[in-house]
Amino acid sequence: MSAFAIFIVLILAIGLLLVSNYNSLVRLRNQVKNAWSQIDVQLKRRHDLIPNLIETVKGYMSHEKETLENITNARSQALKAGTVAEKAKAESMLSGALGRFNVVVENYPDLKANQNFLALQEELTSTENKISFARQNYNDQVLRYNNKIEMFPSNIIAGMFNFTKEEFFEIETAEEREVPKVDFK
Amino acid sequence: MWEIIRANKRKSLALFIGMGTVLLLLGYLIGGYIFGQEGAPLGVIGAAGLWLILSVISYFSGSKIILGISKAKKISKEDHPRLFNVVEEMTIAAGLPEMPDIYIINEPAPNAFATGIKPENSAVAVTTGLLAMLNRDELQGVIAHELGHIKNRDVLLMTFAGVMLGSIIMISDIFVRGMFYSGHSTDRYRNRSSRENNPAQAVFLILAILFAVLSPVLAQILYFAISRKREYLADASAARFTRYPEGLASALEKLANNTYPLRTANRVTAAFYIVNPLHNKINDLTSTHPPIQERIRILRSMMHGAGFAEYQKAFNKIKRTKKRIIPNSVLSKDKNVSLKTQTGEHPTAGKMKVKRNLGDLMMTFNNYVFVPCACGLKIKVPPTYKNNRVKCPKCGRIHTLPDKRGKL
Repeated sequence: MSAFAIFIVLILAIGLLLVSNYNSLVRLRNQVKNAWSQIDVQLKRRHDLIPNLIETVKGYMSHEKETLENITNARSQALKAGTVAEKAKAESMLSGALGRFNVVVENYPDLKANQNFLALQEELTSTENKISFARQNYNDQVLRYNNKIEMFPSNIIAGMFNFTKEEFFEIETAEEREVPKVDFK
Repeated sequence: MWEIIRANKRKSLALFIGMGTVLLLLGYLIGGYIFGQEGAPLGVIGAAGLWLILSVISYFSGSKIILGISKAKKISKEDHPRLFNVVEEMTIAAGLPEMPDIYIINEPAPNAFATGIKPENSAVAVTTGLLAMLNRDELQGVIAHELGHIKNRDVLLMTFAGVMLGSIIMISDIFVRGMFYSGHSTDRYRNRSSRENNPAQAVFLILAILFAVLSPVLAQILYFAISRKREYLADASAARFTRYPEGLASALEKLANNTYPLRTANRVTAAFYIVNPLHNKINDLTSTHPPIQERIRILRSMMHGAGFAEYQKAFNKIKRTKKRIIPNSVLSKDKNVSLKTQTGEHPTAGKMKVKRNLGDLMMTFNNYVFVPCACGLKIKVPPTYKNNRVKCPKCGRIHTLPDKRGKL
């Protein structure tokens, strides 16, 4: 009789553990999805801004065909990218192309006085910032979700119900890696 | 984030209860004087009732009242795209559920504040002076500080505490004035016979007058203590959100140098602003904000990261205390938050760099030593410099020079 009671309690306890772990896995996965959609909104926004930008600067920068083509190419690649890793790669290319563009712009004082261009540049800067803040948030969420999948006992449940790890959205640029070094000359 | 909110609730609750005690004691003494000893609880009920009614009003329209007093006007994206964008960016960084409304105050004094009982219906207000003075990174730091207040639920607590302070000031004001004008003659007239056989009332009178004079000061000290603690936490949050403490530090520096007083601020609303708008010369118990230079130094000594742990370390180093402003449970989870290098470089930075690199090359040939500082400055030490330590002229950090120097 008492053995039966213990058995029942044990079954209930395991069931409860199963349910709570399953639920928290689902919640974390949804948070990852939500964080991703925030990035996606901002990426789309940037893609929409670029044709406008090219249109505005074309008249001023007839000698910078290559720079502008680089941006257009990077954009069309970014539009084609499917997986998170592909997107991350395409977006860092696009960021690089835009960065070079910003350097070139310095040589065109007329353009920098153009109100339309200034407004576009503010939008691009802001979108770039939003992407990077949304990326921080997304990567934090992915880390929590992936940890949960690997750790015991939720790893068993993750295996049973086919929860798979998500990819990080990493854009590594040279500047981000740079650490101040002391010059011992 | 939740642990911070909870821990702060606990700490601030103690101060809050202290203020409540002052309010109720004031009610008790005045009640005891007016109605006699048996009537003292009536005064307590009256004082508590006044606070409750005012609290309910401020709960439902508190931010509107504060925005109204400050003469703030709501704007949309077209009015100031950059401000709008920065608030949007920081909303994402802070992970707030909804973007706060944005208000502009037409004042030359640079300042900003946040209000709103819940994060879902909050608002940030900035002055036109602030917008004119700060660059993008600095504006980002200020807005991040304000959203930090919203995220940490500071606004809710400060609203209730502010209302309490207002009630205490109001009650003691009415009482003291009543004593001086009408009360003086009629009270004596009415109570002369009863007072002789009731010495308790005389005691109540003395205590009530004494307390009526003291309580506003006492309540203000407690109110400001709550406010100051929250400023550090909002600074820490701003560093965490932007990953760039220098932005807020240099904004605070500019605000500290401002000489305009903010005409639309008063003693209660002062605590809501990012820097004290009232220009008190004394930085003591009656200040709503920690000394601004100290806040700047703390932000600038965050050399290895932008997380809460790094802020705590910098705080302890600058203040020379072991006090915790951020609970341990958060610190352990928040270790590796990397700093961001300068976001938007100055437009002319590209050309300047080329010139600078050439100059540096010349200096290298002349045995200069270069020490990069965490604030972004490269300190160039001439070979004739004898000391083996050098202080950064921009942020004040001390660097030790490599000792091979001069023996080349």
